[in-house]
Amino acid sequence: MELLTLSAVELGAAIQAGKATAIEAMEAVLRRIEEKEDALHCYITIDKEKALERAVEAQRRIQAGELAGPLAGVPMAVKDNLCTAGMPTTCASRMLGNFVPTYTAEALRNLERAGAVVIGKTNMDEFAMGSTTETSAYGATRNPGNTEHVPGGSSGGSAAAVAAGECFFALGSDTGGSIRQPASHCGVVGMKPTYGTVSRFGLVAYGSSLDQIGPLGRTVEDCAAALEILAGAGPRAGQGEAASGDMPGEGEGSPEGIVPDRRDSTYLYRKDTDFTSALKKDVAGMRIGIPRDYFGPGLSEEVRHSVMAAAELFRGKGALVEEFDLSLVEYAIPAYYTIAAAEASSNLERFDGIKYGYRANDAQELHRMYKQTRSEGFGPEVKRRIMLGSFVLSSGYYDAYYLKALRVKAMIKKAFDRAYARYDCILGPVAPTTAPRLGQSLDDPLKMYLGDIYTISVNLAGLPAISVPCGEDGNGLPIGLQLIGDCFQEEKILRAAYSYEQFRKDGQG
Amino acid sequence: MANIISDETIEYVGILAKLSLSEEEREQAKKDMGRMLDYIDKLNELDTTGAEPMSHAFAVENVFREDEVTGGDGREEMLRNAPARKGDMFAVPNVMSH
Repeated sequence: MELLTLSAVELGAAIQAGKATAIEAMEAVLRRIEEKEDALHCYITIDKEKALERAVEAQRRIQAGELAGPLAGVPMAVKDNLCTAGMPTTCASRMLGNFVPTYTAEALRNLERAGAVVIGKTNMDEFAMGSTTETSAYGATRNPGNTEHVPGGSSGGSAAAVAAGECFFALGSDTGGSIRQPASHCGVVGMKPTYGTVSRFGLVAYGSSLDQIGPLGRTVEDCAAALEILAGAGPRAGQGEAASGDMPGEGEGSPEGIVPDRRDSTYLYRKDTDFTSALKKDVAGMRIGIPRDYFGPGLSEEVRHSVMAAAELFRGKGALVEEFDLSLVEYAIPAYYTIAAAEASSNLERFDGIKYGYRANDAQELHRMYKQTRSEGFGPEVKRRIMLGSFVLSSGYYDAYYLKALRVKAMIKKAFDRAYARYDCILGPVAPTTAPRLGQSLDDPLKMYLGDIYTISVNLAGLPAISVPCGEDGNGLPIGLQLIGDCFQEEKILRAAYSYEQFRKDGQG
Repeated sequence: MANIISDETIEYVGILAKLSLSEEEREQAKKDMGRMLDYIDKLNELDTTGAEPMSHAFAVENVFREDEVTGGDGREEMLRNAPARKGDMFAVPNVMSH
């Protein structure tokens, strides 16, 4: 069996049926990594021996009947801003070059408990700040479709690894589009759930009110299956037993007996996380809105064409598709960069060279050490955002910039509320263009920020959204379709995305 | 450019952000921040009267828990990440300048 052609869920089923093993799957992935990694650089850290050991252990437990989930034994990649006990977690920064966490991120622990097997840690923009994976301190990742182009970002390593078969699915994080945009640029599926659906405990924070962890996979079904596990549905604190104590395979050093949900106070304890049940090929009667303001200047003709063709396909299948004015779209980017920079400046204060991470070694006095450590440890994009954030939060500017942005955020949320009174789903592009060439974006940060126009308002409003491949440009680079749902309406966008994917597979799109 | 960032402002931001910038970085930062603020000023086109600042997409309440000792002794693992240690403590440079 050619394992690498299978989706994650297909592989999981093959392993359960005894037609393949977790070990064979890991060996196949490691061989692919051997072939392609030099050209693509999807990973920052891979420990092949340990990955194989983990696969052997997963296979033993599957055979013992202890693991029977849809992703048991399936090799996965993890973005390097999710803490992994005993495995380096660098955030693609010099600052955390030697950092080895003592615990594993809650979302990842959910997947490991379900038997998924970690291959390694994927490349990203430094501290998730960037849209191309070029701000990584460890070198850029390249787009598997064309290595002269970027994979998008910030979860570019995860998206490229999925596209290249260097894993079966991957975890990313999405603060302003960092899962959906690289998924679009690499031709894979990427999903950001409703804010609060997945615990952020153990995710190195960038913009805490915007950050959400989510899956990247080759199919909509893979993403739904992974998200179902990621979301956890742990018992509500005070309502049940401790969630971790009885679970095998705990990361070393993780505190036992704590109800894990408590450690991210924005985690919502959702019970409606049966996402795979939404996978039905049926969009008849579904109300789909297309924001006219997503098709203005700046959108490439090829992207417009592919996205509109997808809209036509939905219409042909009985969906009620119409255009509408979402409004406020042009204010999302300035509001987002104000808020994200403010939160970043606060979150990244912790990197001070005292307890972990990089320390400038020649500083003789504490205060000088802080400054030198941070100046040497952070790259230019991170410094740029920390400085902007410090400025907009400083006294005298706080009201004019930070509070103003939060007011605009409230207005953007209201605009979406109005849209969802009429539509089940919003349909549009993920990014204005296909993946840019390497080196084209870094010299003009503002231009790079403008590429986030269709993704960031989703984070401001806390909405779920998914990116699904919908075509290619003239150079063979993938184009993504974005489906955005109202809060807690993952089911609707998953059904729409799954249906679209199946129609395309049938040769109808 | 409408927002001219002065040397004093960049100096102040450097103090807040705890960054020491080279001359070149300082000039670049002035330019970048000015451009970004010009762009952010676009928000002033919007009348936000009556819109309450929204920090989270949903109303979030503070989550309380009992302050109980639960973790194991992770001291050795944690100190292994320390840039410098002295016994079971984190070592730091002089706090007071001489």
